[in-house]
Amino acid sequence: MSGTQTTYNDKVVRQFAVMTVIWGIVGMLVGVIIAAQLVWPELNIGPWLHFGRLRPLHTNAVIFAFGGCALFATSYWIVQRTCHTRLWGGPLIPFTFWGWQLVIVLAAITLPLGITSGKEYAELEWPIDILITLVWVSYAVVFIGTMAVRKVSHIYVANWFFAAFILAVALLHLGNSAALPVSLTKSYSAYAGVQDAMIQWWYGHNAVGFFLTAGFLGMMYYFVPKQAGRPVYSYRLSVVHFWALIFTYMWAGPHHLHYTALPDWTQSVGMVFSLILLAPSWGGMINGIMTLSGAWNKLRDDPILKFLITSLSFYGMSTFEGPMMSIKTVNALSHYTDWTVGHVHSGALGWVAMVSIGSIYYLLPRLFGKSEMYSTKLVTTHFWIATIGTVLYIASMWIAGVMQGLMWRAVNADGTLAYSFVEAVKGSYPFWAIRVLGGVLFLTGMLIMAYNMFKTMAGGKTQDAPVIAPVAHHA
Amino acid sequence: MSDFVSDFWNLYVIVIVLGSILACAVLLIIQGKATFTPGKTMGHVWDESLEEYNNPMPKWWSWMFVITVVFALVYLALYPGLGNFKGVLGWTSGGQHKDEVAKVDATVKPLFDKYLAMDLKAVAADKQAMDMGKRLYLTYCMQCHGADARGAKGFPNLTDADWLYGGEPEQIKESIANGRQGMMPDHSGLGDDTIKDLASFVRSLSGLPNDAVRTAKGKEAFTASGCIGCHGPEAKGTQALGAPNLTDKVWLYASTEATIIETITKGRQNKMPAWKEFLGDAKVHLLSAYVLSLGKGAK
Repeated sequence: MSGTQTTYNDKVVRQFAVMTVIWGIVGMLVGVIIAAQLVWPELNIGPWLHFGRLRPLHTNAVIFAFGGCALFATSYWIVQRTCHTRLWGGPLIPFTFWGWQLVIVLAAITLPLGITSGKEYAELEWPIDILITLVWVSYAVVFIGTMAVRKVSHIYVANWFFAAFILAVALLHLGNSAALPVSLTKSYSAYAGVQDAMIQWWYGHNAVGFFLTAGFLGMMYYFVPKQAGRPVYSYRLSVVHFWALIFTYMWAGPHHLHYTALPDWTQSVGMVFSLILLAPSWGGMINGIMTLSGAWNKLRDDPILKFLITSLSFYGMSTFEGPMMSIKTVNALSHYTDWTVGHVHSGALGWVAMVSIGSIYYLLPRLFGKSEMYSTKLVTTHFWIATIGTVLYIASMWIAGVMQGLMWRAVNADGTLAYSFVEAVKGSYPFWAIRVLGGVLFLTGMLIMAYNMFKTMAGGKTQDAPVIAPVAHHA
Repeated sequence: MSDFVSDFWNLYVIVIVLGSILACAVLLIIQGKATFTPGKTMGHVWDESLEEYNNPMPKWWSWMFVITVVFALVYLALYPGLGNFKGVLGWTSGGQHKDEVAKVDATVKPLFDKYLAMDLKAVAADKQAMDMGKRLYLTYCMQCHGADARGAKGFPNLTDADWLYGGEPEQIKESIANGRQGMMPDHSGLGDDTIKDLASFVRSLSGLPNDAVRTAKGKEAFTASGCIGCHGPEAKGTQALGAPNLTDKVWLYASTEATIIETITKGRQNKMPAWKEFLGDAKVHLLSAYVLSLGKGAK
């Protein structure tokens, strides 16, 4: 590490940025495979490549490998630049990179082998959980340590979101993964029955709220104003929606357990806080989109802004849909159907992936000493392919989900079910096929990105940029 | 019944839920009172160009926030949520389920009761009854016995003339109402060689290729090892025990030598669940008639 502290540590940003694209391709490829397995069940080859084992591999790869690397890359870039100081933490910094890659590789090995704790989005067994904890604590030390040695008094809004995301994920991971190991590869949850379910969805929904939302809002708060060249629309809005968002998300988990053994009062509390969550969520969307107000023309020929602003539109759409789905009567129709899967992907593809892709496109030329990407045209192509893929995915799952919900609840005059389960499966096939197409398109976009990335990297200079002195206050 | 071990937790939930909802409103109100200078920045600059406008929060957005807070409070007054407080409407998810089931039961009861009073054979001949029976079958039975009722490995075919526990109407109804527990014991103690002899003998019973020497030895072992106790001296099975007929070319698992050896060595556990308590007598009656209509009668 540089003792003079005159340059930013861009090496770790470079590493994470490149791995974001690589893991994105891997995770989305597994997604396409499992989507295809639903259409062509013959593709379930042997136990290792069975849907039941590949599905957690897909979710772990896209959330923690692709999304995680994007968050590491952007948060390390942003915290240095908005604190006007080099990343703090010495050997902990490379440890977060190599440690996180090791976690991902271990996940890719253990999940197909069937080694799992069985908790959704927290399937990894206890030795890997401990490694995650070590990496995550190091990440917290590096990030908060860098904030502590900042050269400006005010902490930029993006850093609030990143810090909240890092602290909350530590809390969630430790709380939900508590387990009693019985062997190196098997452990049992510390909780039982409905308490276990409640802890799981406290974790599960906050993984969405903090890992997949707060962190990416941090990303948004840097790259949208930077790329638009405009100030953030409203400081006050960012204050209110930040505190309201991180506070109310913690309550929303029970909406995953409507009409279950969870007590009615817990379900109601989860539902009303999910509804209150609408405004805090939209606060982020408004602040991002309104930042562009007065510079809308830039959207026309800047594909990075297209990615960023479209991601905010999907964010707004899915954070409207989420509270609606948390209402008990709506949930009675949507729960356990593909509507949920569609909702998740409007957030995952439309929001998380698009804001990450836009941000990484912003970073790549700067990380490799170029003025722009190898081909801006290919970035535009990527944008359109990704958008069409997302729309196909979401629309097909909406139709399939509502159809499934309606078929399951339809009854004959004699009170028997109008459709057996398998009839709803049969009816879903065409939409599952459309979903595969949507996924293939999205994956194709990532392959274009990888090509563009390697072309941009070729012959690039990987010199760390000098730390910029803070601008003196003029207020 | 209270969900809490003590009244403290009841109060804790009420206070923290109301306090948290109101905290959202307080945050919005206090922050809304800040001094705004629309179109002007806050005066801080990061990374050369990052700034923030001191614009007020959009009014429509603030109102949307307020509406959700009000909705939350009204909802918690009407429905359970605040600890032990049941809500003004007295709604519970269990109660809603019970009401809906009772409503459906009241409408369909006469329909089912009409058939309950009829003989199973007469029900099996009734077109409308069989349509209803089929729908029940597709909901409750096809997971194991298949959509076409022809069974699967370990699950009997219901469309043939072979009945493990008997194909008389009352026997079928007994199977559905109270379930069956099939049990072939583990015979690994006989040793691999004898088991192979027995498998050869069993295959010979339904005319499958077999080893004559082993079959002869197997025939002796069939009696000597006690197989006849359940399967009978002629290997034709015992319906009272659910012990299969080994001479009829119908195989619950498979007829290969390897599968038969596995069955003898490890034994088999088969369970037909009891449906009477879950479905009620009338639906069990209708399903029994439907299964009766599928089969080729009792042998």
